[in-house]
Amino acid sequence: MSEISAEQVAHLAHLARIELSPEEIESLTAELGSIVDNVAKVTEVATPDVPATSHPIPLVNVFRPDVVGETLSQEQALRGAPEHADGRFRVSAILGEEQ
Amino acid sequence: MSTANDLIHLPAADLAERLASGDVSSVEATQAHLDRIEAVDGDVHAYLHVAADAALERAAEVDRLRAEGDAGLGPLAGVPVAIKDVLCTLDMPSTAGSRILEGWVPPYDATVVRKLREAHLIPLGKTNMDEFAMGSSTEHSAYGPTRNPWDLDRIPGGSGGGSAAAVAAFEAPFALGSDTGGSIRQPAAVTGSVGVKPTYGGVSRYGAIALASSLDQVGPVSRTVLDSALLHDVIGGHDPRDSTSIPDTWPSMADAARAGRREGALDGMRIGVVKQLNGEGFQAGVTQRFTEALTMLEGAGAEIVEVDAPHFEYAIAAYYLILPAEASSNLAKFDSVRFGLRVNPAGGGTVEQVMAATREAGFGPEVKRRIILGTYALSAGYYDAYYGSAQKVRTLIQRDFDAAFGRVDVLVTPSAPTTAFRLGEKLDDPMAMYLNDLTTIPANLAGVPGIGLPIGLAPEDGLPVGIQFMAPARADARLYTVGAALEGILEDRWGGPLLSQAPELAVATAGGTN
Repeated sequence: MSEISAEQVAHLAHLARIELSPEEIESLTAELGSIVDNVAKVTEVATPDVPATSHPIPLVNVFRPDVVGETLSQEQALRGAPEHADGRFRVSAILGEEQ
Repeated sequence: MSTANDLIHLPAADLAERLASGDVSSVEATQAHLDRIEAVDGDVHAYLHVAADAALERAAEVDRLRAEGDAGLGPLAGVPVAIKDVLCTLDMPSTAGSRILEGWVPPYDATVVRKLREAHLIPLGKTNMDEFAMGSSTEHSAYGPTRNPWDLDRIPGGSGGGSAAAVAAFEAPFALGSDTGGSIRQPAAVTGSVGVKPTYGGVSRYGAIALASSLDQVGPVSRTVLDSALLHDVIGGHDPRDSTSIPDTWPSMADAARAGRREGALDGMRIGVVKQLNGEGFQAGVTQRFTEALTMLEGAGAEIVEVDAPHFEYAIAAYYLILPAEASSNLAKFDSVRFGLRVNPAGGGTVEQVMAATREAGFGPEVKRRIILGTYALSAGYYDAYYGSAQKVRTLIQRDFDAAFGRVDVLVTPSAPTTAFRLGEKLDDPMAMYLNDLTTIPANLAGVPGIGLPIGLAPEDGLPVGIQFMAPARADARLYTVGAALEGILEDRWGGPLLSQAPELAVATAGGTN
């Protein structure tokens, strides 16, 4: 059995910036435990002599010429933003009171 | 004079010929499909957005160009097409099935969409999908499930259930899909349609909302092998805007499909049955139809051999570590700042609190599950054991493919372990849902191409069964040849396409459903 605890799920949710409800933390703790138990079998065959593969068809040195390409206009870039002002994305305070 | 009913049942290849000959106009063909959507999509729910006016305008433009004798029209000019909602479209919302992108209209077209427009195809609308392509049933769409045209109480597969159901219900001749672990091939299997996952890098992903970047691939969905090939020829090829795009030139997939219909197309072809993906764990009717198909292939001159792929049994485990890891990173961009939803917590909050509240409200349960799982797999102390080991399994699976393709030209498996299951049946059991992609995931892990096509109905439930062929990387054309050859043999037996055996859908009229 995996050792996933509710505290761990709450911590992971914080790292992933998702404000989970207590009910979600409870159900996710059980589900993740079961999933991790199932996927842990990868360790059975992943011996030190096997190299890792990160990409199925490796390509190297994929560059484009160092020239300005097509870019979005400021208006296009802002068009989908929930809030913007003075040609910039607008967000709430970066720092909380305790910081 | 064709009736609208004829037009929606034509394969795209035949419709294109009728359009080219001037026998049918693109406006007529487009209107026939829009009418069909109006009539059946209330039940099927294949589409999230239908762009009726824009489609008719474009169709009229193609008709005008044709009347003027424009030599620049492509072979599929004027043929309608549906587009999975994971692809960015300038003139239609692109939500990837998620609440967090509700109503978002991107500032650019995906390369594959641009190519459709340049080839003068007519986008009908955007098709439903599991949220961010996470699922095997389309039940994880934030906008409600799509239903299987063969039985409206059953799932159409996923994540591309919308595209598969749209073509199976004659709401589009073909469609674009995306396949990260089977999202094109598994829906094809359960809806009796055709779908292809090209070689990784064979089709541009620029403008495809990313799920897992080392696995995602865009591909065609259709009712015939030739139609998928024709669409593949339009969308394939190198794209400098996608750094994973292969710079090779590709042969014509349509020519390869046509070659499959010639006498002796399968003579001497070596077809490998993957020992680990046959028999145990598969529904009886799936195994029965699969075994019959092997006999037909053999009868047509192919040599059937059994091959061993000992690490395929680790594929799902590796996939459900690699995919969540990559997804947790890709989905970090939904931060309530640049696009999409923003939810402000009561009483306000810092940008971080706004972000967390937005992602809580905007993501569905499966997306949260995979982001948390991916965050776990990548966290210090677990990285080597989980993500690192999964990447090693990937190497072992590639080696299994290499060894197999040293002996055979293509590999063959059932496309899915079962026929379409009932809506809700596996929704509360993530592991049971994950097992649906048992046969399709190895191809994504290794980057090799795969095609799924129908091989009949399971005797026990009368629902479609699919077969999958896989070829070495870059050998996509081979799949179209073998696929078209088997399709020809089967259609001769059936006396027509399998989908002509699907039940008639109830048609909604102005006065309601009759």
